[in-house]
Amino acid sequence: MIIFWKDYRSRREGKVNSMSKIKKVLILGSGALKIGEAGEFDYSGSQAIKALKEEKIKTILVNPNIATVQTSKNLADEVYFLPVNDYFVEKIIEKEKPDSILLSFGGQTALNCGIALNKRSILKKHNVKILGTPIKAIILTEDRKKFADHLRKLKIPTPESRSAKNINEALKIARQIGFPVMVRSGYALGGQGSGVASNIDELKEIAARAFAFAPQILVEQYLHHFKEIEYEIVRDRYDNCIAVCNMENMDPLGIHTGESIVVAPSQTLNNFEYHGLRSIAVKIVRSLGIIGECNVQFALNPNPRKNLLDYYVIEVNARLSRSSALASKATGYPLAWVAAKLAIGKGLTEIKNKVTLKTSACFEPSLDYIVVKIPRWDIEKFRGADERIGSSMKSVGEVMGIGRKFEEAYQKAIRMLDLDFEGATSDTLLDNGKTITELLKTPTPKRMFAVAAAMKSNITASEIYRLTGIDPWFLYRIKNIADAEKNIPPKLSKITKQNLLELKKLGFSDKRIGTLVNSTGLSVRKLRKKYNIIPYVMNIDTMAGEFPAKTNYLYLTYNANHNDITPLGNKGVMVLGSGPYRIGSSVEFDWTSVNTAINLKKYNKESIIINCNPETVSTDYDVSKRLYFEELTFERLADIYDFENPFGVIVSVGGQTPNNRAKALKAYGAEILGTDPKNIDRAEERSKFSKLLDNLNINQPAWNKFTNIKSALSFCERTGYPVLLRPSYVLSGTLMRICHNRNELTHFLQDKTKFSKDYPITVSKFIEEAKELEFDAVSQNGKIITGAICEHIENAGVHSGDASIVFPSQKTSRRIQKIIEETGEKLAGALAITGPFNIQFLVKENTIQVIEINLRSSRTFPFISKITGVNFSELATDAFFNQAKEQLIHTKTGFAAVKIAQFSFARLTGADPIVHVEMSSTGEVACFGKDTKEAFLKGEIAVGGKIPQKGIFVSLGGERNKILFLPSVKKLAALGIPIFATKNTSIFLDKNGIRAKHLYKIHEKKSPNILEFFQKAKIDLAINITDEKFKKDIDDDFAIRRSATDHNIPLFTKMEKAGIFADAVTDKALDNLEIKSWSEYIK
Amino acid sequence: MKGTLILEDGSHFEGLSFGFLSSSAGEVVFSTGMVGYPQSLTDPSYKGQILILTYPIIGNYGVADKKYWESEGIKAAGLIVSNYIDTPSHFLSKETLSDWLKREKIPAIEINDTRFLTQKIREKGTMLGKIVIKGDIEFYDPNKENLLPKVCANQIRVLEPEAFVYHAPGPSFAQNPANHKKITVLLIDCGAKRNIIRSLLKRGVRVITVPWDRDPFSDTQPAMPRTLTQEGKPVFDAIVVSNGPGNPQMADKTINTIAKALKRQIPILGICLGHQLLTLALGGGTGKLKYGHRSQNQPCILSKSKKCFITTQNHGFYVNRIPNNFRAWFTNANDGTNEGIIHKNLPIMSVQFHPEANPGPMDTEWVFDYFLERLPQPPGGQSK
Ligand SMILES: Nc1ncnc2c1ncn2[C@@H]1O[C@H](COP(=O)(O)OP(=O)(O)O)[C@@H](O)[C@H]1O
Ligand SMILES: Nc1ncnc2c1ncn2[C@@H]1O[C@H](COP(=O)(O)OP(=O)(O)O)[C@@H](O)[C@H]1O
Ligand SMILES: [Mg+2]
Ligand SMILES: [Mg+2]
Repeated sequence: MIIFWKDYRSRREGKVNSMSKIKKVLILGSGALKIGEAGEFDYSGSQAIKALKEEKIKTILVNPNIATVQTSKNLADEVYFLPVNDYFVEKIIEKEKPDSILLSFGGQTALNCGIALNKRSILKKHNVKILGTPIKAIILTEDRKKFADHLRKLKIPTPESRSAKNINEALKIARQIGFPVMVRSGYALGGQGSGVASNIDELKEIAARAFAFAPQILVEQYLHHFKEIEYEIVRDRYDNCIAVCNMENMDPLGIHTGESIVVAPSQTLNNFEYHGLRSIAVKIVRSLGIIGECNVQFALNPNPRKNLLDYYVIEVNARLSRSSALASKATGYPLAWVAAKLAIGKGLTEIKNKVTLKTSACFEPSLDYIVVKIPRWDIEKFRGADERIGSSMKSVGEVMGIGRKFEEAYQKAIRMLDLDFEGATSDTLLDNGKTITELLKTPTPKRMFAVAAAMKSNITASEIYRLTGIDPWFLYRIKNIADAEKNIPPKLSKITKQNLLELKKLGFSDKRIGTLVNSTGLSVRKLRKKYNIIPYVMNIDTMAGEFPAKTNYLYLTYNANHNDITPLGNKGVMVLGSGPYRIGSSVEFDWTSVNTAINLKKYNKESIIINCNPETVSTDYDVSKRLYFEELTFERLADIYDFENPFGVIVSVGGQTPNNRAKALKAYGAEILGTDPKNIDRAEERSKFSKLLDNLNINQPAWNKFTNIKSALSFCERTGYPVLLRPSYVLSGTLMRICHNRNELTHFLQDKTKFSKDYPITVSKFIEEAKELEFDAVSQNGKIITGAICEHIENAGVHSGDASIVFPSQKTSRRIQKIIEETGEKLAGALAITGPFNIQFLVKENTIQVIEINLRSSRTFPFISKITGVNFSELATDAFFNQAKEQLIHTKTGFAAVKIAQFSFARLTGADPIVHVEMSSTGEVACFGKDTKEAFLKGEIAVGGKIPQKGIFVSLGGERNKILFLPSVKKLAALGIPIFATKNTSIFLDKNGIRAKHLYKIHEKKSPNILEFFQKAKIDLAINITDEKFKKDIDDDFAIRRSATDHNIPLFTKMEKAGIFADAVTDKALDNLEIKSWSEYIK
Repeated sequence: MKGTLILEDGSHFEGLSFGFLSSSAGEVVFSTGMVGYPQSLTDPSYKGQILILTYPIIGNYGVADKKYWESEGIKAAGLIVSNYIDTPSHFLSKETLSDWLKREKIPAIEINDTRFLTQKIREKGTMLGKIVIKGDIEFYDPNKENLLPKVCANQIRVLEPEAFVYHAPGPSFAQNPANHKKITVLLIDCGAKRNIIRSLLKRGVRVITVPWDRDPFSDTQPAMPRTLTQEGKPVFDAIVVSNGPGNPQMADKTINTIAKALKRQIPILGICLGHQLLTLALGGGTGKLKYGHRSQNQPCILSKSKKCFITTQNHGFYVNRIPNNFRAWFTNANDGTNEGIIHKNLPIMSVQFHPEANPGPMDTEWVFDYFLERLPQPPGGQSK
């Protein structure tokens, strides 16, 4: 291509700062995990740090996400647990004086921070060079309009689109382009604020929401049922460009790539399309002068006129992204590590392929397998949330299945979701009154299952295509699965070896086959082994077998007949990872898995990690001796166990999923390191655990399990309300809830879908206004090695994953602490615990009760490890090998640290953003400070909180809340900015000498109205504390909360948290907050 | 129906047939390219070879019209894939891969563990093999034979750029026909991929193709079109020597022709086999690789630079001695083998990879421009 040749000549002598000058690099992380920006940046940051360390460059990391691997001791030279924003980063620059900075490894957060730093000339002032892609290119790609203009000059098309600064402009443009249109906002991640409008009303609504996050929106031609294709391109300073991976979304354009099922490599593109788009991607990347990694997203017309390549560029991300993490795991090409090397000036040809250790990194991986990524949604965990998926992200995690047939990889991935779906034909989600056609037409997390169901009911592929836009190629593969099920003989004894082998090649699980033949998974397994049908171990070698791999990045398949490796045997120890990130299980378990894998070396064992989540560090193949990118199902774990014949299995460091496998693995004969699964069961099974507590004389809230209303009611009359209900049927989104009186309870129990003979309910006495405490510890043979007590800021009733947690505990007496320690010792002894565990306590007026115990590492493990400076995970490994030495329980530090949850409610349209007993946060941060207030304030800023500067809205439900919160409002009033309140609250405040302007409620539709003030951005803090005992006819509080969230206004719904925030913002000035590195707190 | 792949070491692998029901023998090779099976199968360089595709899922986009192929039919002797897809989905698809194979009488089988076969060839080197479907046949070594007569036209053709329609739905910015008007290139066809011709035509170049064994400098056959003028001067400005199958030593006639051209100082660009033939004509040497380069991801470093290109390759032989007065132009970044030679100052050069791509990345298409831009000015070939 002529252009390329000319480019090549003119850029041949690319001028780049010489590497030798780079000595100290500041790396920006991405902060808390949130929807749209999750664990993938732990992976990319960690790889960047490793890449720089190898070059003997000092690294300074800013990332308040304490649960990450990248903020571990052995990685960056200095870590700052501080918010990633221009204010704090400037302070860190002043202090650390780095010569360079990396912006592209911490997602949109880091990029936005870099742009702000640049805009305020801070980097120039302090002589800090931006490594990698020049800032001009970043700014260009972030401004959708300028970027479209840039592409037009290159004759590369983008969808017709114009920018609007207000709703009227947006309407005008839409009329010109014609509906449907797509609304998008710049500088946002994961499609925040975007949506498809098919008429004026919809456009008004979407535009209003979008303007809350960005000053400018784009109204764009909507490309119906185009294919969505992505390329991951790497470029070095010598203008070498490679396409590391291309990916095809199974869902059509319009479903965000983060919400789509994605395959790599593309399946339905022929040579001209594949390489045509590749060339265009390369051309774009060259035109921008990217140095490092870049993602290009295309829309491709599946039925073009004139047989030409009919495509549009959707967007370019000039940084590591979720897709690049996926591409990295899909190909074995360490994108982030390479991007970091290129950023410091290396050329692609100067780097070796990390897998073969022989060939060049300047090449494009060739796959001899297919990967299928499926997002994991938890939408049903959010009351009121809209389950439809579209151009903005809602998923909280993802999994990646690897196989040598699409069917195999797809069914694996479905099981990896860890939602009890046995495969493509699972129908657990479909039983909800909607017709198959409806389920196909409206994209939701259920749609993938509706496809198989439609196939079974003989709806044609072309009809399904018309409804879904999913390319027939994929539909035929799913049909293949559905057909295979139809042809299974209904009896196990009738199944031939050939039958069984074919089913396994198509990715069916033993359990699913068992169900289909009226038998069990274990019987199928037995038969399968009798027939000698076993999966084979394949190596991901980046070159499809052309060169041997030196690393062990592995998967299992039935579509092969040999193993690429031999078993490790007694030297190997299996470490089960966390599976997909989800609400309640996230990067913290990756931290423990990675640490455990590393610590195994101490005991001369070789780690075998099993995990299936492409966003993790544990699935970097240089973390363990062997990485099986595999299902965490019993079947697969048993297969790996059979093959490796290892020394043992560790189930207690990857969260609840591995823990759940303990029993079955043990029964299978696997050697479990740590606590005996029998005792895990005693702790998990409520009634067994309750008996144990009684025997040990440990208090617990009164509880019982019921299958009929009458006995439940009489229990509640006896113990008194409120009570906490735990339904046993959770798939339908029926969650834990609190009932305050008989009425509420009967009402709830009358719902047959939530409560019946088959679905008993657990009812516990709910202890009001209790403090909640966590005890994390490591034990060895029933003796505690060490532990630490953390305290919740919110009262019990806020899930421990959502609560703000402080260490050292501030309000717990030494006496109570002693009792907690003693209780821990008793339980550790009784359950003969070896390894990590966590107990949750309720404390009220000197009585201490136990809520639950987890015989595994908990969410707080990285937090307590990093604030005490003692690696609890390492101690746990020591304990597995009976080598742990006893230490003191940790109760004191010379500082305070607070862990704060990150919520992603803004993305979950319709969801009530109130915190309650069910967890709803997606991530967390933790910051340090002289005292709790300082640590809290930093943390709150790190999760998106702001120091209010415009106006504060307060709504306090009930007399008690008003009185209790009055001192805090007084403090806030001292900030000297207007206070707004609902009617009763404003009257109450006026009476108490605080001027508060009354605003009408949203449904009252009168001015001055709350909504109006939210819209006009006159309020930048909302406090809505409700009286939960009092149920209103119109949930006006919900409307307030939701609309605050939709307008990007920080919101507090719990008094204790709002109170400490009021204390903190009034007592602390931003420039008095300590700028100290981790090592300055923890020597 | 089942078929068996039998290798010369005695190992055999059974699989379902999805192609023509007959046996076929040849040299067994693997290619790691992930897209473009119609282009690969019609690449004449695969003549006499049984092709294993390492990408396991094949057939997805069916087979497009003839005009998108690299020659008039399938050239590979047989095809081995892991998972054949009989339900293609693509707007260009005219028929399934299976129907096409049957129509072209090429056997194909599904062997699950193509990775094992690949590793075996990687370890032991390229092997002879046969697909046995109905009745056993003898092994056949295509390298002991001159394959060129089997793959190239035996006629001279003249192709005018004006008549050229670029079919492939590629990026629109790939064309710049104004640049090389009035140039005539003689393409020595040793089994040329059509995209070499397309790449020249779309640059505005007039192309005369001659069969591998035809001496364009003697022009003894009176039949039109002629390669020499009445005065005995060539009617072309430059020569491109194409890719092709087999051992370069067999193409002695082409080597002779190239030697004559060199004497006359006619600019030459060699591609793939053309690269090996130019080398031999210049007194350099060639050898056989253990298992060849067949893929779309071969990195080639431009000599004395940090510049590296991702290339498409399909060859079993390679240049192991660079001729005098030439230097290495490109070197393979993985195994250090030679990937191109260039004269110190004359426009005589060749590349081992395929600048015309199809299948594969189009990153080295500039080689054509580089060559054409270096032709002596003003262009000769007045006799058009
Ligand atoms: N013009 C369009 N027509 C239809 N769908 C679109 C269009 N533009 C974007 N989308 C869809 O919206 C999603 C999000 O858009 P994108 O520009 O990638 O934003 P983000 O920065 O959130 O990734 C895309 O993945 C695509 O599926
Ligand atoms: N009996 C109770 N009284 C008051 N609060 C409770 C009680 N039981 C649970 N909670 C609250 O509910 C939250 C979640 O309950 P828990 O049993 O820990 O569920 P999970 O298994 O999801 O962690 C706890 O963190 C606590 O705040
Ligand atoms: Mg995007
Ligand atoms: Mg809990």
